[in-house]
Amino acid sequence: MAVSKRIVLHFPRRLVERPIIYRLVKDYDLEFNILKASITPEEEGLLVLELKGDQKEYDKGIDFLIKAGVKIQALSQDITRNEERCTNCGACVTVCPTGAFKLEPKTRIVLFDNDKCIACGLCIPACPPRAMEVHF
Amino acid sequence: MVKTIAEINEKIRQGKAVVVTAEEIIDIAREKGMKKAAQEVDVVTTGTFGIMCSSGAYFNIGHSKPRIKLGGGRTYLNDVQAYTGLGAVDLFLGANALPDDDPRNRIHPGEFNYGGGHVIEELVAGKDVRLAATAYGTDCYPRRKLETWINIKDLNQAVLFNVRNAYQNYTVAVNLSEKTIYTYMGILKPKLGNANYSSAGQLSPLFNDPYYKTIGIGTKIFLGGGTGFITWQGTQHNPDVPRTEKGVPKTMAATIATIGDLKQMSPRWLIGASILGYGCSLTVGVGVPIPILSEEILQYTTVSDQDIIAPVVDYSDAFPQMKPDVLTEVSYAELKSGKIKVKGKDVPTASLSSYPRAVEIAGILKEWIQAGKFLLTEPVEPLPGVESGVTQKPLNERPIEY
Ligand code: SF4
Ligand code: SF4
Repeated sequence: MAVSKRIVLHFPRRLVERPIIYRLVKDYDLEFNILKASITPEEEGLLVLELKGDQKEYDKGIDFLIKAGVKIQALSQDITRNEERCTNCGACVTVCPTGAFKLEPKTRIVLFDNDKCIACGLCIPACPPRAMEVHF
Repeated sequence: MVKTIAEINEKIRQGKAVVVTAEEIIDIAREKGMKKAAQEVDVVTTGTFGIMCSSGAYFNIGHSKPRIKLGGGRTYLNDVQAYTGLGAVDLFLGANALPDDDPRNRIHPGEFNYGGGHVIEELVAGKDVRLAATAYGTDCYPRRKLETWINIKDLNQAVLFNVRNAYQNYTVAVNLSEKTIYTYMGILKPKLGNANYSSAGQLSPLFNDPYYKTIGIGTKIFLGGGTGFITWQGTQHNPDVPRTEKGVPKTMAATIATIGDLKQMSPRWLIGASILGYGCSLTVGVGVPIPILSEEILQYTTVSDQDIIAPVVDYSDAFPQMKPDVLTEVSYAELKSGKIKVKGKDVPTASLSSYPRAVEIAGILKEWIQAGKFLLTEPVEPLPGVESGVTQKPLNERPIEY
């Protein structure tokens, strides 16, 4: 059975330069699409992938990633902003690796674009009033 | 043209006072000219909404039966320790206080999800707070243990008392080191990854009265959603710093100490803050009205973000090591453009204080004055000015010999 899934990979620093994704293609015959790639403040690699392939091979591939030390999250995790608690300070703007927060130039209101969010979770502890919330 | 506060108050009473915000006055003065604007405008309102660490509150909880002397014992509010070195049932709670079992930075960076600032926010929101106290017992105060819910409405006094608020200017924080650092100025990414600032700039109270000609001890203000007063110079008040031609301090300068009845404040304007890797604090809303007594004072209130300069400081070394090094100076207009240049590199900026909320505070204060609900006060004493000799000194450490 063929599957296609969107996942978020967190690479510890020691893995950033290793050809992990290449192994997914070569050893497990998976097809991939990079939706987003960046380096977080911890200098971790952060990669959002769409992976396609045979279910069994997919499971083995994920297993391989976990054993290699990659943290995996499903992209179905949803990050929302509690508008009541958000003070529009802007502390999250430079923390977010994908630019999901934008300042409205005139009013300085901080706009949150959920579509750009890859659910990395970095903004959650970075927000002083804790307005960013994660839902599973 | 010279007006007095009494004359302005008379106009406020009659509903005739012309009140504008420190943002609005910039365009008004540009259109009408300083002279005309000074004649027409009576009050300019300012505002700021940011994390202000030296904030706290004191309470008198009322005497229990039998009596207990909390002073000299230990008292916790929602597990956060309050200061008890006061009379029998008086307590002080600082915004930075933490529960004893908070892991702090043991796993760095600590999250600091709950502390004194959060307790203050919950009290103001009208929530019940758990008080647990132990005492040593005396003949007149025999009780040694107390556990009870308390609520702000039942307290005899609940008073916000902040020893340092509304800094006149603030440094811009960056990180030159190779690793991310977690500071009270937020998360700073390595190698000039970002720059954080914290001031409402042109709306900030003390930028609009840079020589403290109207703001002083006794000035009535917007504080935490209610009204309060300036009680004193804030701690670290440091008026004698380099200034621009227009008199705007180019670095951290004046501060104010503020006080107000917590019972009439609101959790929209006093919000517990969690600063990753640093600690807990309180985000405080402060707004100060500036009476336009003369053309000179009006001129000060027309200060705009282009006129305000802040120093950029490395928080990986210069700040913690108390080195005076400043990397560069930037204007608030540059900071608000989204990036600044430091050492030839474009560095993205972010603010820690909320400009939209500062606008809202200046607007609320304007409405209060227009509606005749808020009269201006004459300061009973000015804040120490440039010539006062008041400065901020570093600690003179003297080793103790045994
Ligand atoms: S850091 Fe939090 S409060 Fe500030 S703008 Fe971002 S989401 Fe809103
Ligand atoms: S979780 Fe927060 S920091 Fe991460 S991508 Fe989404 S908005 Fe940005």
